[in-house]
Amino acid sequence: MRLAGWGFRYASRLAWAARDVDLHLEPGERVLLTGPSGAGKSTLLHVLAGLLGPDEGEQTGVVTVDGVAPRQARFRSGIVFQDPDAQLVMTRAGDDVAFGLENAGVPRELIWPAVDAALAQVGFPYGPDRPTGALSGGQKQRLVLAGALAPRPGLLLLDEPTAQLDPAGSALVREAVARAVAGRDTTLVVVDHDAGSWLPLVDRVVELRADGGTVEHGAGWAPAPLRMPVRSPRAAGELLLTAEDAGFTHRGTDLPALLPSDVAVPAGRTLAVTGPNGAGKSTLALLLAGLRGPTTGQITAGRRLTAGLRRAERPPHRWPADELVRRIGTVFQHPEHQFLTGRVRDELALGPLRSGSGDDDARRRAEELMERLGLAALADANPFTLSGGQQRRLSVATALATRPAVLVLDEPTFGQDRHTWAELVALLAEQQDADRALVLVTHDAAVVAALADDTLALRPASEPVPA
Amino acid sequence: MTAPLSLGPVRPVPLSAINPVAQLAAIGLLLPVLLVSGDLLTPLVVLAAELCLIPAAGLTRPRVLFARTWPLLLGAAGVAWVNVLFGDADAGGWPSALALAVRVLALALPGVLLVASTDPVRLADALTLHWRVSTRFAYGALAALRLVPLLAAEWQTIRLARRARGLEPGRNPVAHVRLFAGTAFALLVAAIRRGTRLASAMDGRGFDSGIPRSNARGSTLRRRDAVFVAGAAAVAVLAVGSSVAMGTWSAVFS
Repeated sequence: MRLAGWGFRYASRLAWAARDVDLHLEPGERVLLTGPSGAGKSTLLHVLAGLLGPDEGEQTGVVTVDGVAPRQARFRSGIVFQDPDAQLVMTRAGDDVAFGLENAGVPRELIWPAVDAALAQVGFPYGPDRPTGALSGGQKQRLVLAGALAPRPGLLLLDEPTAQLDPAGSALVREAVARAVAGRDTTLVVVDHDAGSWLPLVDRVVELRADGGTVEHGAGWAPAPLRMPVRSPRAAGELLLTAEDAGFTHRGTDLPALLPSDVAVPAGRTLAVTGPNGAGKSTLALLLAGLRGPTTGQITAGRRLTAGLRRAERPPHRWPADELVRRIGTVFQHPEHQFLTGRVRDELALGPLRSGSGDDDARRRAEELMERLGLAALADANPFTLSGGQQRRLSVATALATRPAVLVLDEPTFGQDRHTWAELVALLAEQQDADRALVLVTHDAAVVAALADDTLALRPASEPVPA
Repeated sequence: MTAPLSLGPVRPVPLSAINPVAQLAAIGLLLPVLLVSGDLLTPLVVLAAELCLIPAAGLTRPRVLFARTWPLLLGAAGVAWVNVLFGDADAGGWPSALALAVRVLALALPGVLLVASTDPVRLADALTLHWRVSTRFAYGALAALRLVPLLAAEWQTIRLARRARGLEPGRNPVAHVRLFAGTAFALLVAAIRRGTRLASAMDGRGFDSGIPRSNARGSTLRRRDAVFVAGAAAVAVLAVGSSVAMGTWSAVFS
């Protein structure tokens, strides 16, 4: 695989997604691509997989895979993306692995041996008849990897393959990749936000720079340590929210999404909720946020929260929405789910307006937040067009706009690079100093270390089948 | 965040042994008979034959059967009711309304049987192998179908996210409609994003690359499939024949 003076610009953009990239890989080499978000790492992988061509944008320089253009070498490369649910096609595991082989026109009698080999190669623990819907995220991603490996590609491209997985799932995927490339007959290019974990597996680390060009890092390179915020732990203040035996079971299912749990949320403290996928972390966040009512037990709000409510005896999930946003703010995992207007400025003013602030008041609050969070230059931009880091900051800002006493955040650091991570964590640390209570649902051990005063580790209702 | 929903493979039932294209062919034979007949006896004979297949489609538990057919029953009852209320009294009143309801049932029940007994993957295999339906269409639709349950979960999340922003319709019907429209738009955006990602993942696996696609599972037509289609033809002949013999036959378009 060879790139010389390569650059790419999407047809719809003015700026180059990547430029002046020189990279030469020998067969069997393993490379980790790093660089800030927006440096074109993902674009590079798309081009190598033959997914971006002249129709999608303008290209400079030379890019070849096995000496030919990537589009011609389509079946010689396999690519894995971050969301397993957007990659599985079939309803059964074996059928899904066979999908790529069918597309390549491989005769039927050769397909099934190749499927079995690929499943064994990634250490898939179930048979080919396993329904794909019933797998955990880590196992789904293993299956996606098996599907990419089945046609025996010479080049394996991984684009953030563990971004959506919990630590156990990520380890499963890395282990499967290690097995797959052990024979040195597959060249590997990995892009991942968690660069450190891939270091034992790769031979080279190449950084794509934001302003173009590449830097080859020598042996012994390690990602820069995360910038941790300075915090002074505070004594627990007044109790704001209490969960007693609060559990949740979806209608029509027997298995609880959340086992009955006890939680106390005092002012001025940060609680981190951790645990594997399926333990009910997000469900607990919804209960504490007053968005769902528990099916067992109860959630009670302290006096500071219920003050001024017309019917203070009601639990948070029965509060009117405009009263709720002034008391408990929620930030969802995917910021786009929460955006309601076409401008950043309006987005920030919306909460205060809905909860009875006057027009001037709401505008002033919006300006103040944009200034503080570095969004002022984007005041008139559409929230959907912001970068991932900007969207995340905006979604936190919208929750802060109504000055809630409790802030509930679901995976706030998801998809952030080191720079936006540090910004966000600093912002959250400030909130706690404002005597707010924070509830963080997260897989990210670094954010727990940086912010949490207390930790609640949830366990799934039924232990997942051993991997 | 939401209920575990998933589109799984369909559990095999006795009727699954019949190739999906044979089932479709059988439906194709009965369809014109039902559309043309205007009496009660013809659709009744067809419906009786279809009812015999319900156990073979695995719909043995009354609760399961009801869950699958209630919209259909409601529809048939509605059609009959409207006909009695607004139909011309000379046109037959109750008997003709009843015939119409039976026709609706006989037309729709095969669809219920097909869905209950047919794995979507096998259907796509059979359509592409026997009827030369384009693989791009059949497997593209299959992949899209997998996203439907995910979108149902996403709908719930978007609704909750809106409440978290202070948006709730309360008792105002106009606000209800606006909130629904807003949620639907957000869902559409999410669906397009996910669909685009799925399309590029399929592209990355060489889907629709111009090479003739092979099929890992295959789809065989056996004797029993021919017997099944012949059976459907016999039911069609029997239905029309008995109606003519009884002197009740009347074509809709005469």
